[in-house]
Amino acid sequence: MLADVPMVFILVGITAYTVLSGADFGAGLWTLIPGGGLTDAATTRDHTRHAIGPVWEANHVWLIFVLTVAWTCYPVAFGSIVSTLSIPLFIAAVGIIFRGTTYALRSQLERGEGRGVRAVENVFALSSVLTPFALGTVIGAIATGRVPVGNARGDLVTSWLNPVSILAGVLAVAFSGYLAAVYLAADARRLAERSLVRDFRIRGLAAGVVAGALALAGLLVVRAQARPLWHGLTSGLGLAMVCVCALAGVLTLVLVWRDRFGPARASAALAVAAVIAGWAAAQEPRLLPGLTVSQAAAGRATLIATIVGVAAGAVVLVPSLTLLYTLVLRGRLEGAEAPPVVGPTAAGAGRPEVSRAGSAGKPSAALAGVRRARLAGGFAAVTLVAGAGLMIFARPGWALALGVLMLVACAVTVFAMAAGPPERS
Amino acid sequence: MSLPLASLAGITRAATAPPVDQHYLFEARQMQALSLSVHIPLVCFGIAFPALVLFAEWRYLRTGDPLYRTLAQRWSKIMLALFAVGVVTGTILSFELGLLWPVWMQDFGNVFGLGFTLEGFSFFVEAIFIGIYVYGWDRIGPRLHFASGLPIAVAGVTGSMFVISVNAWMNHPTGFTLLNGHAINAHPWSALFANPFFWAEYVHMYFAGYIVCGFLVAGAYAWGFLRGRRGRYERAALGISLSAAAVASPLQIVIGDWAARDVAQYQPVKLAALEGLATTTRGAAEHLLGWYNGHAVVYGIEIPRLLSLLAFHNPNAVVKGLDIVPLADQPPVNVVRFAFQTMVGIGTLLGLLGLIYLYIRLRRRRLPEARWFYWAVVLAGPASVVALIAGWITTEVGRQPWIVYDVMRVDAAVTGAHEIPVGYGVLCVVYLGLAGAVFWLLRRFSRVPLPASDDPQGARDAG
Repeated sequence: MLADVPMVFILVGITAYTVLSGADFGAGLWTLIPGGGLTDAATTRDHTRHAIGPVWEANHVWLIFVLTVAWTCYPVAFGSIVSTLSIPLFIAAVGIIFRGTTYALRSQLERGEGRGVRAVENVFALSSVLTPFALGTVIGAIATGRVPVGNARGDLVTSWLNPVSILAGVLAVAFSGYLAAVYLAADARRLAERSLVRDFRIRGLAAGVVAGALALAGLLVVRAQARPLWHGLTSGLGLAMVCVCALAGVLTLVLVWRDRFGPARASAALAVAAVIAGWAAAQEPRLLPGLTVSQAAAGRATLIATIVGVAAGAVVLVPSLTLLYTLVLRGRLEGAEAPPVVGPTAAGAGRPEVSRAGSAGKPSAALAGVRRARLAGGFAAVTLVAGAGLMIFARPGWALALGVLMLVACAVTVFAMAAGPPERS
Repeated sequence: MSLPLASLAGITRAATAPPVDQHYLFEARQMQALSLSVHIPLVCFGIAFPALVLFAEWRYLRTGDPLYRTLAQRWSKIMLALFAVGVVTGTILSFELGLLWPVWMQDFGNVFGLGFTLEGFSFFVEAIFIGIYVYGWDRIGPRLHFASGLPIAVAGVTGSMFVISVNAWMNHPTGFTLLNGHAINAHPWSALFANPFFWAEYVHMYFAGYIVCGFLVAGAYAWGFLRGRRGRYERAALGISLSAAAVASPLQIVIGDWAARDVAQYQPVKLAALEGLATTTRGAAEHLLGWYNGHAVVYGIEIPRLLSLLAFHNPNAVVKGLDIVPLADQPPVNVVRFAFQTMVGIGTLLGLLGLIYLYIRLRRRRLPEARWFYWAVVLAGPASVVALIAGWITTEVGRQPWIVYDVMRVDAAVTGAHEIPVGYGVLCVVYLGLAGAVFWLLRRFSRVPLPASDDPQGARDAG
């Protein structure tokens, strides 16, 4: 029981990553094929790029969360998976570098800057396709039991280049495109960009149909190639999840058709979540061939520590994420894709700063300033001597801790004295 | 886990499964080192930069001077770009730890993994609030905006703390029982945070964050100073960044001394390698510069009894030599020693530069005027990065041949997959591209002109 809790965290993390970061990758997919709509390609690209600006980094962290919980709580399985599937994981890692870097670069380029812009955009788009594909093949390899326990014991190539894995990769790309189109239509609606709404509505419908067709085709491939997984998906909880996925998928199409993008966001996410839950249910309790989840789990103290850590983290994370998404969905972080850097400033060349406190002329205030500076200087000297003395000569932990605190206090005081007051003119 | 070194090493060697045959172990180590060296300077910006940006914004809130607002806003954009690059390079690291060292994960993930899980949450908080902060200028109220930056600063500090707790554990592994080469009965909380080796290492890195970030930022403005860009904006930017570095660098010498004494206590072999001490010696001498020829340091400057004094506060203390372990268990002495001396040498010079700055800034209440000073600050930026990397080489190469000190050797941890050179090559190219992109971005940020408005009131309205 305890051994399953971190696995639930991992599945929640994978779901969140797919639903949130997947859509960010999907946005990249649409910058690769931005044509065919009412809006011109450049505007479409700008829209997709602006939409992911404030959130892509936070969304990306779910992947780190999944990795860290996996290696803490199921270390043997993790070691086996990453060593056998090192190639697709490396591809995904490189894709992540390219995606993040080109995103940062593109935000700083003007539209008219010619070939550089196109090159950066193309790398961004291609890496946005490559990364979910590679991660999808990893899921396919695990689901079909091609990762044996041990250090790189599986086939380094066929473990992830096989019909089921490739299909899982393509499906991951299709899902991300589908999610992105639905989200981007909703964003365009909020911005009242009519033609963008229409474009992404059609893209959402098309991608939904493609993703649905691929999922059905995938079931047939699974039936032919991975019998145990097929049995899992066609019985019990696995079957239920497949049904939820199908229903949510159809519901999303209907909602998108009727221009109800807000609820469509939710049901599209539900469809994807159901796929992941169905996969987990179909495979349970097997994690890798010959290794169940409870066999793979780390010891009790580690599991409890992780659960406590995640619970404590969630206390911080949930309100923070809520704040971020509320601000984003209300359009509070919108406008220019990044803040305008050209701010106002007084750049009087060569002229030192003058005090703006408005009290420079008053002798009593100046006197108080001098007194405060003396006091701060004295404090800094005392903390320096005491802190350094403790650090150098004390042995017990508490004394060292006190020494560190004193040195930090000294550092903050001296910093404030040096960086705060204006220069003498 | 307080077994004597030799017997513990004996147990592990007997019990660990034979390592896989990995021809490219050295390439795997280089690949890891490369990725760490790329990421660690960015970590410094994660630790220190949010605090500097917030200080500038706080000055704006206090004084109403729009100059500080401009400064905070421009810096926040650089902060976001560097954070984005840190996100991807950090992700590479988390992949690589598994891709290159799966057996280490497999056997000890249950002990140290929690550190990374907690770091994940810090990373979350950083990513969430950096989005709100940077995209929220002008769109959320000024005080709320300032408040939205505070979690970034806190998370930058806690995130690095959790990661270093793992490194400290690798250097001084505790909190588990060893069975057939892997950890059982793991107690992650005490292993990571009740580890006596942890705190010195962490505080040392924390101060390093301010030194590197401060001198790099100040170096850019010092370069501008030398070319005549000495406006109010540049003076304020230089003052804030240089003050941070100048305060941290002299104190770092005290912290470093503490860290070195921890090494002396918990990793005697590493200390012996740092100092090139072949045999256990009473009243050991310190050698500056020179070369370790396998028996002693030659061509160096010898200061009698200083090593014993520094390491144990007793000029006659016994310092353990490299000979307490067999040759196969000794790190490459000259690499470690050279890296250590580089770090100490640069660190001392930076401390001196910091004191000079503070003296002039506090006594004469103005920025220094001499050109040589600004040249020194320009050099201090890259030099501080060199010292940072040298410090990490000292601790990481100094731990060799162990990945988990005295418990698991690096060659037992490495992957059995054979495409390491391909990955290494690809990664080199990718990092070169990344470096080019970052350089281009920063240059572009620096070229965005400051509008030459001398009217703060009008400027405030425009902003």
